[in-house]
Amino acid sequence: MTDRNLDAAEVVTITVDGRVISLPSGATVAAALLNAGVPCRVSESGEPRTAFCGMGICFECRAVIDGVPHRRTCQVVCREGMMVETQR
Amino acid sequence: MKRAFDIVVVGAGPAGLAGASAAARAGMRVAVIDENPHMGGQIWRAGVGTCHPNYAKVRAIASFKSSGAELYPGYQVVDSIDEGDLVTWIDVKRSLETFGFKRLIIATGARERFLPFPGWTLPGVFGAGGLQALVRTGYNITGKRVVIAGTGPLLLAVAAHLKQAGAQIVSINEQAPMSRLIKFGFALMGHPRKIFQGIGYCTQLAGSPYRTGTWAVEAEGNEKLTGIQLSDGRRTWTEPCDLMACGFHLVPNTELSALLGCRIIDGVVQVDENQQTSIESIYCAGEPTGIAGVDAALLQGEIAGLAASGMAQKAIRLHGRRSSEAEFGRAMSQAFALRPELFSLAKPDTITCRCEDVRFGQLNALAASQADWTYAKLQTRCGMGSCQGRVCGPALEAIFGWRNNSVRSPLFPIPVATMCSESPREKEISIPIP
Repeated sequence: MTDRNLDAAEVVTITVDGRVISLPSGATVAAALLNAGVPCRVSESGEPRTAFCGMGICFECRAVIDGVPHRRTCQVVCREGMMVETQR
Repeated sequence: MKRAFDIVVVGAGPAGLAGASAAARAGMRVAVIDENPHMGGQIWRAGVGTCHPNYAKVRAIASFKSSGAELYPGYQVVDSIDEGDLVTWIDVKRSLETFGFKRLIIATGARERFLPFPGWTLPGVFGAGGLQALVRTGYNITGKRVVIAGTGPLLLAVAAHLKQAGAQIVSINEQAPMSRLIKFGFALMGHPRKIFQGIGYCTQLAGSPYRTGTWAVEAEGNEKLTGIQLSDGRRTWTEPCDLMACGFHLVPNTELSALLGCRIIDGVVQVDENQQTSIESIYCAGEPTGIAGVDAALLQGEIAGLAASGMAQKAIRLHGRRSSEAEFGRAMSQAFALRPELFSLAKPDTITCRCEDVRFGQLNALAASQADWTYAKLQTRCGMGSCQGRVCGPALEAIFGWRNNSVRSPLFPIPVATMCSESPREKEISIPIP
């Protein structure tokens, strides 16, 4: 038995910092940001940061999703048409 | 809105699923709350595409699905107002919901321990389990060169998975010396299934060097990782790579247990033979009671589920296997104990609190003047950012012996507007109007 959660043939398309990105459906926004090569947020002292713990603990993957800041992108599944921006 | 259940289980990993299945089969009305969008916990995290079949997982999930227990994914416990209730935040709905329970089973699992080293905040450096989770949920690492460094059996499992996902594993670097791993190998004799699993990983990783007594001293690069500097204590060298996966074994997630007042000693929730905590209505199973892995979690979860349903007698047959798994956990902790060299890798300008960008030099100066965690927080804001010290806390406990004893609600940050308008604490929050 395989562990196929969602049909891998299905894709979802979202916008990351103005770029259109396609991912297998079920993918998280953190994965979209990594695939786009875009940081999730800029730190207090101005460093670019990307997802780190991958499990909702470290908050490094916070970004702006559909205008709402501080969303932990590793815990959010991509939905068609989502607008994601680096949190500055 | 409040939902009422006989038993609420927090955590849909192995312990939580086993506990919920046992309780629901015993006739209880059971809810399982988990902050993640999918069940399985970190170890069995579901996601995109296919994984190798894992029979323990398939069996546990099938048993859970047919048990009648209800699953609430994406619900994160943030507070408890009255005895017998939990307040949860649902991020996708941007709102709070309360769950009432007669008995609670805490199965909150563990997180990775991280230690600061120069360059560990560079994009491209990930937690080992973290990188695995991100790949499972859509991060494409085909052709990427990955250096893996840290400690614990997780490193091998992660390496095997990343390779299967198309990455090129440059090297796997285990800080523990070979002598301790050989001792651990003997301790595994009573657990043949774990040996076969280990051999399986090694076969898959043929061609990638696995080194012992070796650790990462620095992640190199400017705005992006370009290589990892490694050391075996005699010499240092750099291996070029695109990504790094690091992790220093696991830390139990005990914040909810602490908030509810359960007795915790040395970072581990104290339970009796029925997995009951110091609070009669609260049980705890899996990693929060001591890191021992998935088999221990499944057994403890089932025992907790039966005991919480008034059927502790039925669980007695599982006690022997539980003890043997606990022994395995202790052997594992000894084998993968951290070497002191790891505590002095950070330089004065190395960021240690990633949320507030507090640098190691500031903290080291405070430690030299006998400061504790609370004082360091007040002076530097270390541990006061969004993660509430979940990353830097265990690191600084390992390095300076500082212990974070203050857990308070909300357990995870929620919007102030929600706190003011929806929280059952609404009446407590009074903002004086001048």
